[in-house]
Amino acid sequence: MGLTVSELTDMIQAVGKVIEDNKAFLTELDSAIGDADHGINMAKGFHAVKEKLPTLADADAGTVLKTVGMTLVSTVGGASGPLYGTAFLRAGMKIGNKEELLAVDLDLGLVAALEGIKQRGRAEPGDKTIVDALQPAVMALKESLNAGKTATEALGAAVTAAEDGVEYTKGIIARKGRASYLGERSLGHQDPGATSTYLMLRTMQEFLARRT
Amino acid sequence: MVGLVIVSHSASLARGIKELASQMAPKVPMAAVGGTSDGRLGTDANLIKQAIEQLAHCNGVLVLMDLGSAVLSTETALEYMPLEIEDKVQLADGPVVEGAVAAAVESSLGKPLAAVKAAAEAAAALKKL
Repeated sequence: MGLTVSELTDMIQAVGKVIEDNKAFLTELDSAIGDADHGINMAKGFHAVKEKLPTLADADAGTVLKTVGMTLVSTVGGASGPLYGTAFLRAGMKIGNKEELLAVDLDLGLVAALEGIKQRGRAEPGDKTIVDALQPAVMALKESLNAGKTATEALGAAVTAAEDGVEYTKGIIARKGRASYLGERSLGHQDPGATSTYLMLRTMQEFLARRT
Repeated sequence: MVGLVIVSHSASLARGIKELASQMAPKVPMAAVGGTSDGRLGTDANLIKQAIEQLAHCNGVLVLMDLGSAVLSTETALEYMPLEIEDKVQLADGPVVEGAVAAAVESSLGKPLAAVKAAAEAAAALKKL
């Protein structure tokens, strides 16, 4: 896929724009089963990222990702700050000082992001969290790459898996986060974090598809 | 003495808990950190890191947190802190108000970090009625 640092930066900006566009939707999902701030918090975080990215024109890919992570942990406010922040930080540490990202880096970065989120949130599949979208997505990506698909195709499979994961969260009871205080009343609602993960992956896929 | 850091989603709640605990143990070094830097409810790993570093001179630092993401932000703060400070820090798995009061009293008696942490966590079993 050969993604340059400048394209990576554009991709992150595209993710930020989609988060901003879905601010009200994500907050509405969170008002049903949480503290009604997921969209607002994520938009705040990505707004700060948007301001920060132009200062990183000469940075390598790892530095860009780590800076996004550090920005999110100190600007989002809710649990999604340390969770997505850790995801970007771990992806950045794994990818390191590369100037161009290949399909294998996409896989390495997303695996590191998933592991970081699971560790930080002590969450497992079935807890009604980001993990319910991200874990199946990472597995689908890996499977597609192993089957010889391109990065764009593999990310497409990941997006479908994440979307199924979001759907799956409607039928389970939250065991982590603010929604866990609701017990069975969390049934029937999709998880806001799983939803933002799906949106982010979909945006990344669309970005790759546009350039190929 | 062991220093205490109170982390809440609300800056005024963090300040209030610090005030309450200080009344019992005015000499114990304490820092209150809550809310985001732009005044929303929430937690900010960077502000928590700064609060812990302010008390790095103490004989250990105990962090007491309110709801879930306060814990996640505190753990994130620790991950990016110099090892020599991180080694002096413990997180209390106890109620933030009662735990802070119990920990403050224990610290004012000159007890070590493990004892101060145990006091904060034992507060979970305190009966009010």
